[in-house]
Amino acid sequence: MSTQISLAPPIEARTAPTVAELFTAFLALGLIGFGGVLPLARRMVVEQRRWLSAAEFTDLLGLCQFLPGGNIINMSVAIGLKFRGLAGAFAAILGLIAAPSAIVIALGVVYDRLQDDPQIHHLFAGLAAGAAGLMVAMAGKTALLLRGRPVGIAIAALCFLAVAILRLPLVPTMLVLAPLSVFATWRAGP
Amino acid sequence: MTPDLAALAVIFSQLSLLAFGGGNTILPEMQRQVVEVHHWMTASQFWAMFALAQAAPGPNLMVVTLVGWHVAGWPGVLVASLAKFGPSSVLAGIALRLWERCRDRPWRQIVQAGLVPVTVGLVAASASVITEASAQDTILAAIVAGGAMVALATRIHPLAVLAAAALIGLTGIGQI
Repeated sequence: MSTQISLAPPIEARTAPTVAELFTAFLALGLIGFGGVLPLARRMVVEQRRWLSAAEFTDLLGLCQFLPGGNIINMSVAIGLKFRGLAGAFAAILGLIAAPSAIVIALGVVYDRLQDDPQIHHLFAGLAAGAAGLMVAMAGKTALLLRGRPVGIAIAALCFLAVAILRLPLVPTMLVLAPLSVFATWRAGP
Repeated sequence: MTPDLAALAVIFSQLSLLAFGGGNTILPEMQRQVVEVHHWMTASQFWAMFALAQAAPGPNLMVVTLVGWHVAGWPGVLVASLAKFGPSSVLAGIALRLWERCRDRPWRQIVQAGLVPVTVGLVAASASVITEASAQDTILAAIVAGGAMVALATRIHPLAVLAAAALIGLTGIGQI
């Protein structure tokens, strides 16, 4: 890796985590990460365990956001791979998804048993409506990224039309729209 | 491998590689496949499972695990999880190796900026599809609108919004 020039006085020498440490650290992260793991991941990796500097973390996050897949999933793979190769990558991602998988299956079993109970049905109808509200808010916040970019807005609208209204399959839609979007955004300039 | 397991593998490995901008962009396609193409469950069931997964800790899209469970039990969980997390992780691993070489290349910035409009469109589509399935009467529509406004205007924890929505739902007020 690149030579590390730190302006801050070194607090302690950073040591590479072992495979077991990667597993337990991401296991803990999966358990506490309610509604957004990323800020917690940064605190753990940069501030608490000092596996990466803040700049390295931001750099890695940039890569992970660029790729398909959840940011935090990609991040766990990247960090595991960086320190312990394939074994590290497996340990990190397994640690991250183990506990949430078990919890979500337990909730699913309960849901399957109880979904015909009218009260439970009402509860889940409300829960789903709440999740929809959060998604609408997220769509609003994401859309702000296109402020003052008419070409981008047009492509986003086209994409919405294709997927939400016309219900076209995603694979061919993306094969057309992704290159178009990259090309049009590039031609339109920043 | 049963047809259902094979279908889970095909659907989720495709979605894995298409999930640019995080998992929320692929929800409409997931609903289309799970509900309209394979008839594994109704749209309301799918979005109830999605909400359930959102209320649990951990990364986004644990709904994938639930769909696998619902369709084929433990083998379904295994196949769906591997298909969802495997391909994108392999890609992330390869990309990390190439990253050092390309970080300053201009095309990387261009592609990254160029994909933003698609992400915006897909997240908006997710919001539209889940709202259509969830807002089945006036009170549920009001929960969607209220939840969205609270989440936009305040820095309240998302779990608080989900809890409040579930409680209002539990009272059964105004629901058919």
